[in-house]
Amino acid sequence: MERNQQLRRQLASMRQSLFDQGHLDEQFILLEELQDDANPNFVEEVVTLHYRDSARLITTIERALEKSPLDFNKLDGYMHQFKGSSTSIGAKKVKAESTQFREYCEAGNGEGCMKTFQLLKRDYATLRRKLEAYFQQALPGA
Amino acid sequence: MTVEHVNGDQFPSGLRVLAVDDDPTCLLLLETLLRRCQYHVTTTSQAITALKLLRENKNKFDLVISDVHMPDMDGFKLLELVGLEMDLPVIMLSGNGDPKLVMKGITHGACDYLLKPVRIEELKNIWQHVVRRKKIDAKDQNNSDNQDKPHNGSGQAEGMGNSDQNGKLNKKRKDQNEDEDDEDDEDDHNHEDPTTQKKPRVVWSVELHRKFVAAVNQLGIDKAVPKKILDLMNVEKLTRENKYRLYLKRISCVANQQANMVAALGSSDPSYLRMSSVNGLGNYHTVGGPGQFQNSTFRSFPASGMLGRLNAPAGLGMHGLPSSGMIPMRHAQNSDNTTNDQGKFHPALLPGSHSGNILQGMPTSLELDQLQLNKNITSISELPNTKDNTTFHVSSGFPDARIGFGRSTNPLLDVNNNPLFLEGHPQEAHSNKMFGNQSLMSLNSGSSSRLPDHGRCNDNWSSAVQSSGIQPNSFSLGGDYKQPTLHPGHLRDNLSTMALPIGNSPCDVSSLHPLSNRFQDPKADLQFQAVQDAPCRSNVMFSPLNSAVSINGDVGPLGQCLDTNKTFFHRSNEFDSLGQSNFVDHFSMKINEVQRSSMQASSNLKEGYLMGQQKTQGSYISTSVDSLEDLFMSSMVKEVFDDDVILLLQEQDKVLVPEGNFGCSSYS
Repeated sequence: MERNQQLRRQLASMRQSLFDQGHLDEQFILLEELQDDANPNFVEEVVTLHYRDSARLITTIERALEKSPLDFNKLDGYMHQFKGSSTSIGAKKVKAESTQFREYCEAGNGEGCMKTFQLLKRDYATLRRKLEAYFQQALPGA
Repeated sequence: MTVEHVNGDQFPSGLRVLAVDDDPTCLLLLETLLRRCQYHVTTTSQAITALKLLRENKNKFDLVISDVHMPDMDGFKLLELVGLEMDLPVIMLSGNGDPKLVMKGITHGACDYLLKPVRIEELKNIWQHVVRRKKIDAKDQNNSDNQDKPHNGSGQAEGMGNSDQNGKLNKKRKDQNEDEDDEDDEDDHNHEDPTTQKKPRVVWSVELHRKFVAAVNQLGIDKAVPKKILDLMNVEKLTRENKYRLYLKRISCVANQQANMVAALGSSDPSYLRMSSVNGLGNYHTVGGPGQFQNSTFRSFPASGMLGRLNAPAGLGMHGLPSSGMIPMRHAQNSDNTTNDQGKFHPALLPGSHSGNILQGMPTSLELDQLQLNKNITSISELPNTKDNTTFHVSSGFPDARIGFGRSTNPLLDVNNNPLFLEGHPQEAHSNKMFGNQSLMSLNSGSSSRLPDHGRCNDNWSSAVQSSGIQPNSFSLGGDYKQPTLHPGHLRDNLSTMALPIGNSPCDVSSLHPLSNRFQDPKADLQFQAVQDAPCRSNVMFSPLNSAVSINGDVGPLGQCLDTNKTFFHRSNEFDSLGQSNFVDHFSMKINEVQRSSMQASSNLKEGYLMGQQKTQGSYISTSVDSLEDLFMSSMVKEVFDDDVILLLQEQDKVLVPEGNFGCSSYS
């Protein structure tokens, strides 16, 4: 019992910190609300799906950033996609960085793009790690 | 979550929604949200698949939600196609809330535009769109019963002929009894919303079209009041409203935006295409794509607008179009889809398909050689036997853009047998067949460059493909004008080359419609193309230009365009003689005549026309012609000329059915 309670508290605090640190926003809560008995692992499913799909995009963007000269239109397009996906799971920081990246694209600022992308990648990886840990705890037997 | 209840009904629940989004995360989320609303959801990440599903069974879904940004097809294009072909409410979804995009969505006929992340509250309301449509449809049904209601004859006549009438028409429409009020709204007026299928659609079969044209001819453009025409046609259930109203709407809409015109063209095609259901003619799916054109207002047009035009088309290709069931007839039905206007255009195109008669006749007249213009007009539209009813997938955005139109740069239409078009469509099964034989003239040839903004046309063209059993010749003109570059300026160049053989074959323009789909260039609204073609045809026919307009069937718009084009023509010199002044008016009448004669003349006209068009394009579009018509015409003309609409005519029955709207929109 106590162990359970402890775990739950731990889980709650993990979750809370994600919000507090600005990694997640209310969209995530909406996802949680959609989870129910009929759909018990909904949130995890969506998140997993997102990471699987977006990993591909990240790679694509990275490759595109290595090209010279930079094709801002394409970059913007990829980022638009990436942003949409990130928004769906409520990845707050990542979403903000995506927006920033797109602004740089519009301005044709290659360096700004690259810098922002580095930040984005970092936050993306952080959130991913944290969420994975969270789900592991949250879902018994996961 | 509880489902909202309407009047105690379980209505919203069970609503069948088709969700399309390439992003799997978003799609899953959307699906879950929709399920929460108790809707019945089907998802797909590909627009092509979505279209396939929709085409398989039109009654399977009540509503479509689609993302804007998709890799295999632009969301707007899908929107147009769906609106044209299936007349279903479509909701756009996007992460980008830029008002320009939102506007684009609305003008393409979207019922709503939601931003991501989507909230469940918003989704809970989407059922309202479905109800609204049904309601409008029901109204249309009522209207058709009021055939006898005295219409303002003048208004009607006007609708047919000039865009100027817009003002009048609008008024007229209001005067018209049938739910004028409802219809006037111009936004999603779905005349006879096919989605609900409450009332048997009046299929605008070739016969009807022929009758229509004949009636108009008999009455004279001025007097061609819907009522009279109806009487003459003696068609049961053919509401005056259908055509007229649509037409009027179109006209008024046209006035509003050039784009609309294009849309109209596009829509007319689609609407036409839709009509195809009628006789089995296959699918005149006149590239419904264009139908969506731009303006929802167009929607109303398609039906009416097109009809006006159709007159011409009837004459146009229809030589024997009996089979071609010119899609345009749809208008009545299609009016719903904003693109309906487009649909109308198709009819024009279809005629071409009529059992090849037209085509055959056309080729001769077309002097396709002249057409060498590269107009690979994909005769999409006329797939005469379209058993496939989907009329050549053309509408579905002819992936292959059957219309080889893209050729734009080369005015040399080798059209002779450019089966080019079949590219995309052949898949459509019918279209393939048809094209194969018919050498779908991809009118676009050459015109592609011309396709000024025909981008839109692309989609439209697809609809043009009227697979009506008629010899596949339906050249889907302009369809592929991929080349958005069709700047009016280009057209001119093309025009010169385009000896628009089109004049003869009604194929003109109509085929363009199908092309529009292909035209990836959203800008170019192939409509122009279609228009061009149409005009081309009409040119030929037009000698009075006005009449020629009808050639395309849809030519109506062309006629309109022609009017505007007239100015062009004058330029072209040949056209001047055409008497462009009233293409539109003449269309119907002349179409038949024009067709034959136009061919010859068309070539001249074409150039002139096209040229004129280009110039006027911008102007046309605005020129009242039902806006669409103008667009249509202009595009058609352009297209036609460029695209060798005439090419279609050549040999094989290539039915150039320039579906009329080929891309008129680009003109704007």
